[in-house]
Amino acid sequence: MKKWLLNWRLFSLFSVMALVLAGCGEPFLSTLQPAGEVADMQYSLMLLSTAIMILVIIVVTIIFVYVVVRFRQRKGEENKIPKQVEGNHKLEIIWTVIPIILLIILAVPTVKATFDLADVKPMNKENRDKEKTLVVNVRANLYWWEFEYPDYGVITSQDLVVPTDERVYFNLKASDVKHSFWIPAVGGKMDTNIEDSKNQFWLEFDQKDAEKAGGIFYGKCAELCGPSHALMDFKVKAVPRDEFNQWIEKMKNAKPVVTDPVAKEGEAIFNKSCIGCHAVTPVDKRPEQARTAPNLGNFGDRERIAGILEHNEENLKKWLKDPESVKPGNKMTGTYGQLTDEQIDALAKYLMSLKVE
Amino acid sequence: MSTVARKKSLIWDYLTTVDHKKIAILYLIAGGLFFLMGGVEALFIRIQLAVPNNDFVSAGLYNEILTMHGTTMIFLAAMPLLFALMNAVVPIQIGARDVAFPFLNALGFWLFFFGGLFLNCSWFLGGAPDAGWTSYASLSLESPGHGIDFYVLGLQISGLGTLIGGINFLVTIVNMRAPGMTYMRMPLFTWTTFVASALILFAFPPLTVGLIFMMMDRLFGGNFFDPALGGNTIIWEHLFWIFGHPEVYILVLPAFGIFSEIISTFSKKRLFGYSSMVFAVVLIGFLGFMVWAHHMFTVGMGPIANAIFAVATMAIAVPTGIKIFNWLFTLWGGNIRFTTPMLYAIGFIPSFVMGGVTGVMNATAAADYQYHDSYFVVAHFHYVIVGGVVLALLAGTHYWWPKMFGKMLSEKLGKVTFWLFFIGFHLTFFIQHFLGLMGMPRRVFTFLPGQGWETGNLISSIGAFFMAAGTIVLLVNIVITTFKGKKAEADAWGDGRTLEWAVSSPAPEYNFAQTPLVRGLDALWVEKMEGKKGLTPAEPLGDIHMPNPSFLPFVISLGLFISAFGFMYHKDYSWGLMVGIVGLLITFGAMFLRSVIDDHGYHIHKEEIMEAEKKGAKA
Ligand code: HEC
Ligand SMILES: [Cu+2]
Repeated sequence: MKKWLLNWRLFSLFSVMALVLAGCGEPFLSTLQPAGEVADMQYSLMLLSTAIMILVIIVVTIIFVYVVVRFRQRKGEENKIPKQVEGNHKLEIIWTVIPIILLIILAVPTVKATFDLADVKPMNKENRDKEKTLVVNVRANLYWWEFEYPDYGVITSQDLVVPTDERVYFNLKASDVKHSFWIPAVGGKMDTNIEDSKNQFWLEFDQKDAEKAGGIFYGKCAELCGPSHALMDFKVKAVPRDEFNQWIEKMKNAKPVVTDPVAKEGEAIFNKSCIGCHAVTPVDKRPEQARTAPNLGNFGDRERIAGILEHNEENLKKWLKDPESVKPGNKMTGTYGQLTDEQIDALAKYLMSLKVE
Repeated sequence: MSTVARKKSLIWDYLTTVDHKKIAILYLIAGGLFFLMGGVEALFIRIQLAVPNNDFVSAGLYNEILTMHGTTMIFLAAMPLLFALMNAVVPIQIGARDVAFPFLNALGFWLFFFGGLFLNCSWFLGGAPDAGWTSYASLSLESPGHGIDFYVLGLQISGLGTLIGGINFLVTIVNMRAPGMTYMRMPLFTWTTFVASALILFAFPPLTVGLIFMMMDRLFGGNFFDPALGGNTIIWEHLFWIFGHPEVYILVLPAFGIFSEIISTFSKKRLFGYSSMVFAVVLIGFLGFMVWAHHMFTVGMGPIANAIFAVATMAIAVPTGIKIFNWLFTLWGGNIRFTTPMLYAIGFIPSFVMGGVTGVMNATAAADYQYHDSYFVVAHFHYVIVGGVVLALLAGTHYWWPKMFGKMLSEKLGKVTFWLFFIGFHLTFFIQHFLGLMGMPRRVFTFLPGQGWETGNLISSIGAFFMAAGTIVLLVNIVITTFKGKKAEADAWGDGRTLEWAVSSPAPEYNFAQTPLVRGLDALWVEKMEGKKGLTPAEPLGDIHMPNPSFLPFVISLGLFISAFGFMYHKDYSWGLMVGIVGLLITFGAMFLRSVIDDHGYHIHKEEIMEAEKKGAKA
């Protein structure tokens, strides 16, 4: 009976907390609206730890308020000398033992979750079923992200596309300075180090939650990496497995198909000034050191330009005209000479035509 | 040397002083100025982030400001301000006439000062460091210009000062205690200073090593952090945090000490559970070295390391909890007087509990993958450092101001400062927990609209201005007090329990005319309760031996300051190497002089002391 009461109380505390917290933030970005197994696990830990901590805070606050009100100096008592108490072993033992118990309650699920989240065995199996266990190589670069699907030989940038309702595995590394890969609504972050020993972890994207978030999750760089660290955003498109399969097939065979004469002109300029850095086919066999700029193979399908600007021709022109004004310190500024307005128009036409969908 | 000869000029006096009380004032002034600079930097940060897409400062400049804010506040404000209070109080609290090594004490200050000055010269010489106060290796090696070099060399010099200061306090507390001042009779502020100094002794060398590696890489062609040549950047992270985590306790333990004194004084009760308080301090200090990697949960150390460091970190909550409850039960049954210092102590308890519980939340490694490097962490450590350390510094400054300067700060203005600062603090940082949980990474120079972060950031920025207003009121208070303040008694608050309240305010240069005999915990209180006015002396009145002032600490530090410029520019200008060597020669020359010149100090004669004591008693 008593236990039941305690459970019920805890349960109601949890649900009130969950209600309050769920009001916080946007479904595509907030850790408080978890949209996958990892974020769920972390959210439950947050709730558990918050509940325990609120308990502690309540106890301290009650004693605190009582003491401060009850024992404040009153008029006429200025010279009263209170009893000089040395201590109290019983009390001291109580407030040593209870916190230890609370911490054990917290430590056990913490350790378990820590090991669960680090379980990347499936991605390292010798004969992994490539149809079922997707691996993505994430490479972080000064202010842009590259996503490589090694099983398919496909590379894309800025927009990560993943299948929902299954564990997706990631190899993480950085090519210049340290960054950190974070999709808040879907799960905690992991650093992309510059050492060769790649970091590995997994995430799971929930179909229903993805729909609630509008199909797109926001990704962030979470490690200070230079002036435009704040602008090193990426987007995650989470789609059902079938749709993902179709997409990756299209990516495998995608090539620029240019018909419009203006776009053709753009293509010519691009092949002169930009192709040294940017590839325009998702299949790019160059080694990663040579891939110094975002792959533009499906640029026309992107969510944003340079990760942050709304995706339209006007913003694209703005980027090409003066990337520095959009992302201070980026690695494209000043590398392709001066472009006339006509050239920029032509380039924009061309780039917008690079689509697979 | 006679008294007259020593009274040359105020400035010369302070440039050469080896008196711990004057060094305290130097630390207070220098630390206070750096605190104001760090505060202005904080305001810039909050103005920039008040609204999305703001362009109050540029992206690059923002990173410089955020780096300098963190570095300044930790190394150049919080540490020296604590050293100010330690220097002002600890020797007197243990019944000593000075610290063990007065010369080193001065040297420690000047090294810190020149290190800080060097670091801040960067603003005018091509830009400040911009890789965060943690200066992670890959980014800091990539950073152009000399900003990071200013960081490396500046911190190296000031860190040397801190290390010297720490060793000095260790030896002082071990060797210089008055008769009867056993370890278990030491006031808590002395205890925490002792443990913090031990932490300095062990925590600063790893930083020194890290800084040397980085200096080699940046200035002398080393490859410690270049993976292409076999280096490893994660090493920097370990070295930095092996220093950086204990650093938190180096700051917060003395803060605990300050509040222990204040809470006990103004509830007119001895500290509840004194021995468990001491035990908790030592345990926190010890555990503080076992947990550094909780700053690195997302680095990819693997689940075993993460789990171990998670559990170890949680363990620190236990001794910290013990302290909180001991403070509460010190208040329990007391006769609580709400003076300004006490208001801070009262405000500190809930604020610090908040910082503590979010600390435990961060310790749950798996969930920390979400918190790490988000605004949640920013909120957490500001609750610990502002809610703990800065409140303690403000409290301690008000509390010991009469002992340092002989005048009482205005209580009215003090309370205004408290309320402005306290409200501003919570307004600024509470909401940041939620910003972090809502996906906002830290160290961002701006944010785009439409991510649900607008309101939170605006509220946070408004709070910052309340804190600024509180600080301004404090400055006004100081100015008014300096010119018009009420003269303070020896026992300035009337409820003093420890030895510093037995000597006149400010203390005479020899502290105690006769070394006191300590007859229990809260030595002065013991005497008062027996109806005595003064302390029981442990020796007859006699001549007192004092160390001579010296200009050498200043020169030694100046040499390193000059030398740092030289070596920093040795690749850019041909004069660089020369200047670097000349600087070192100045330093080593001064050290040589120190070694060969016999300096026996001087005596203050019995008659002079009797005269001074009579005057002190009258005032
Ligand atoms: C030195 C290599 C380099 C050259 C040459 C270069 N770029 Fe870039 N480009 C980059 C980098 C690096 C980025 C990523 C910038 C960022 O987001 O920080 C980029 C980003 C872009 C983007 C945004 C990509 C996205 O996914 O949103 C476009 C579009 C683009 N470049 C077009 C061009 C065009 C057109 C040219 C030729 C006129 C060109 N680039 C020349 C390096 C280069
Ligand atoms: Cu980044």
